[in-house]
Amino acid sequence: MGFLEELRALFPPGRLLTKEAELAPYESDALTAYRKRPLAVVLPERKEEVVEAVRLCRRYGVPFLARGSGTSLSGGSLPVEGGLVIALNRMNRILRLDPKARIAVVEPGVVNLEVSRQAAPFGLYYAPDPSSQPISTIGGNVAFNSGGAHCLKYGMTAGHVLALEVVTPEGEVVRLGGEGLESVGPDLHGFFVGTEGLLGVALEITLRLLPKPEAYHTLLAAYRSLEAAGNAVSQVIRSGLLPGAMEIMDRLSIEAAEAAVKAGYPRVEALLIVELEGPKEEVEEEAKLLAQVIKESGALEVRVAQSEAERQAIWKGRKAAFSAVGRLSPDYIVQDGVVPRSRLGEALKEIGRLSQEYGLRVANVFHAGDGNLHPLVLYDGKKPGELERAEELAGEILKLCVRLGGSLTGEHGIGVEKKGYMPEMFAPEDLLAMERVKEALDPQGLANRGKVLPGHGQGPHLGEVYA
Amino acid sequence: MPEVRANSLEEAQEAVRTYPRLRPKGGGSKPALSTPKDGETLLDLSGLRGILEYAPEEFVFTAYAGTPLKEIEETLRAHGQYLPFHPPLVEQGATLGGTVAAGLSGPMRERFGGLRDFILGVRFVDGEGRVVRGGGKVVKNAAGFPFHRLMVGSLGAFGVMVELSFKVFPSPRATQTLRLTYGSLAEALAAMERLRVLPLDLLALDLIPPATLEIRLGGFPESLGKRLKRLQEILQKEGEVLAEDETHWEGVRNLRFLEEAPIWVKVPSTPAWVPKLENLLLGPRRYLAGGELLYAGMEAKGLASLRQAGIPHLVLKGAEDALFPHPPEAFFRKLKLALDPRSRFPLEKRGGVGEL
Repeated sequence: MGFLEELRALFPPGRLLTKEAELAPYESDALTAYRKRPLAVVLPERKEEVVEAVRLCRRYGVPFLARGSGTSLSGGSLPVEGGLVIALNRMNRILRLDPKARIAVVEPGVVNLEVSRQAAPFGLYYAPDPSSQPISTIGGNVAFNSGGAHCLKYGMTAGHVLALEVVTPEGEVVRLGGEGLESVGPDLHGFFVGTEGLLGVALEITLRLLPKPEAYHTLLAAYRSLEAAGNAVSQVIRSGLLPGAMEIMDRLSIEAAEAAVKAGYPRVEALLIVELEGPKEEVEEEAKLLAQVIKESGALEVRVAQSEAERQAIWKGRKAAFSAVGRLSPDYIVQDGVVPRSRLGEALKEIGRLSQEYGLRVANVFHAGDGNLHPLVLYDGKKPGELERAEELAGEILKLCVRLGGSLTGEHGIGVEKKGYMPEMFAPEDLLAMERVKEALDPQGLANRGKVLPGHGQGPHLGEVYA
Repeated sequence: MPEVRANSLEEAQEAVRTYPRLRPKGGGSKPALSTPKDGETLLDLSGLRGILEYAPEEFVFTAYAGTPLKEIEETLRAHGQYLPFHPPLVEQGATLGGTVAAGLSGPMRERFGGLRDFILGVRFVDGEGRVVRGGGKVVKNAAGFPFHRLMVGSLGAFGVMVELSFKVFPSPRATQTLRLTYGSLAEALAAMERLRVLPLDLLALDLIPPATLEIRLGGFPESLGKRLKRLQEILQKEGEVLAEDETHWEGVRNLRFLEEAPIWVKVPSTPAWVPKLENLLLGPRRYLAGGELLYAGMEAKGLASLRQAGIPHLVLKGAEDALFPHPPEAFFRKLKLALDPRSRFPLEKRGGVGEL
């Protein structure tokens, strides 16, 4: 029997897709500029089926990619040409939600927001909140160590994953971590998070839940320049406050958000959103200090949400900003490089200069609290050469982030999109160590082949690739 | 006992290339982990010390692995910041690297999380003497394989840590502690379980058997009184208020309550396990972070009872066989082969027996 015949024996018709029209939706993820045609797609409903599929791939040497909703912005869930796609969306059960233990045990296809929804009756929630959270799955969040707007205070996905059941690329099933917040021995589950599916497929994930904050205090401040908004962030930090979120939008994204959802934002050069959260008595005191800091920061206008509805109104424009920018331009590239917070001003100035130099508009919406930029490079794919120019500009921004002491990616991951820039951030020895780990766990290089590591798949002489 | 010192990255590389089996040691505050076994050379890293970068406004610092935590905390304190995972054994000389290798956090981990939530990056020397960096020096970063997280609790299995980067937070402006004693373990446990799911942002929530709870609050001095009162209302109990609580908690996080015991053990726990753990032959002990972390003192029979019950634990002092159970072989072995192919470092199964 061949590979496909064996797959047919494992998966009934309807859960094994091989026809061109059925495969098309799986050819790319949210980074739509890249497309690859897989050999087949399987839709497992139980973890045993995932394990069998992986073992089959290993036996036949067929590369595979596990994916959820395909919201990756770095091409992390782009199929391997001629490989198998293991689509996990049907594995979407919350297996156990134990409020006393403050944990949820979930299948990888569970949508991020669903965890918080199910935990809400118990006063608990799942903290990581990537913008994709109404769609993206926990399995994908684990692969990419997803972030969101609250990472300074609450950390990224890795901190919220307490245990994993994983099938390794060689088809072995292992349990990493435990059910509590602490463990002994190497933090193997912490290491797995963020390896972008190169070291195996998560079959079951144990998540930490937190008590939902009691009170929020949400403030919107308008500034005459991005620099002034950036300075305000520094002043907030220097005051000893630790807000749950701090977000900045520039004029272009404000205008886009206004056009899309009419959030009622002031039309200025920069907007800063600061949100405090915690016990009401504490938030009350923090709010007094914040008011003073923002007053001293030279804000043109300050609005404080007086109700949950007003709070949602402030967030509405911010949350809509990405899709709204789509209205300004036929196409855009979004990056998510990170800079040390104190260098935000410098980074934004340089992005402005690059935008001029390349003759392409760049909109900025970003997580200011953690220095995570989100420049949106606007272009028109129908104009010859414009995509290439946009990609080059985006690349210049990435290099800038690394030069300022930051990172290529705060939350979207490396995927295919940024792997060429890995040598900007990491030395050859660092990359070789990653290659060796990949090689040890996946000697055939089957799991999500061609992602993250710039030298991967380029033959046996890794040293030469990085020389 | 053969011994070598490494006071720089280059000396650490040299030591790794020279000696077939190494046992890294920082401050020696966890002798069960830093005492060489037969055939191992002690690698003394206490000279590899100093803070390399610290920008208070970034909430980030980078220091050599052998830097004593005491030195780091003093520097942070001068800028109104602290290590939110509240590492133990600081007075006993614990270093940053040793704390990462053992994976240890203290009582205030209750508020913002443990060591694994705050580590940002590492530079280490692998088993072939190569220098490898993982993570970064910014609070948000998703680039590359996260070797820094692999170091947490690794007991040095994958390499000699040289530099570490961490996230820090502003210190609470003021603190207060409420101590409540209940009639039985079950009552105290029930009160603790109730508090765990409420959004009270407690700095610490400790259970001291048989039936005492210690709850620490931190925040603005103006709000603390109100929050304390609310806590008393929720629990319908006055308790005893410690307005000056810093010395008390310093004693707790330095595990002073274990001092009389010959064997010191960390046990990852959960509230549900507490009754079972309380049936074992343990000595002085305290459950931190809402019952998620037990530090217990015991004699040999206590350790045997822990092992017999199949409860995972890490011995810090007083016994040879430190880690139970051994890490999951299918995943761990491959990582070990990739980074330490000659088995120079700890956490090796030798001769078929789990010798750690």
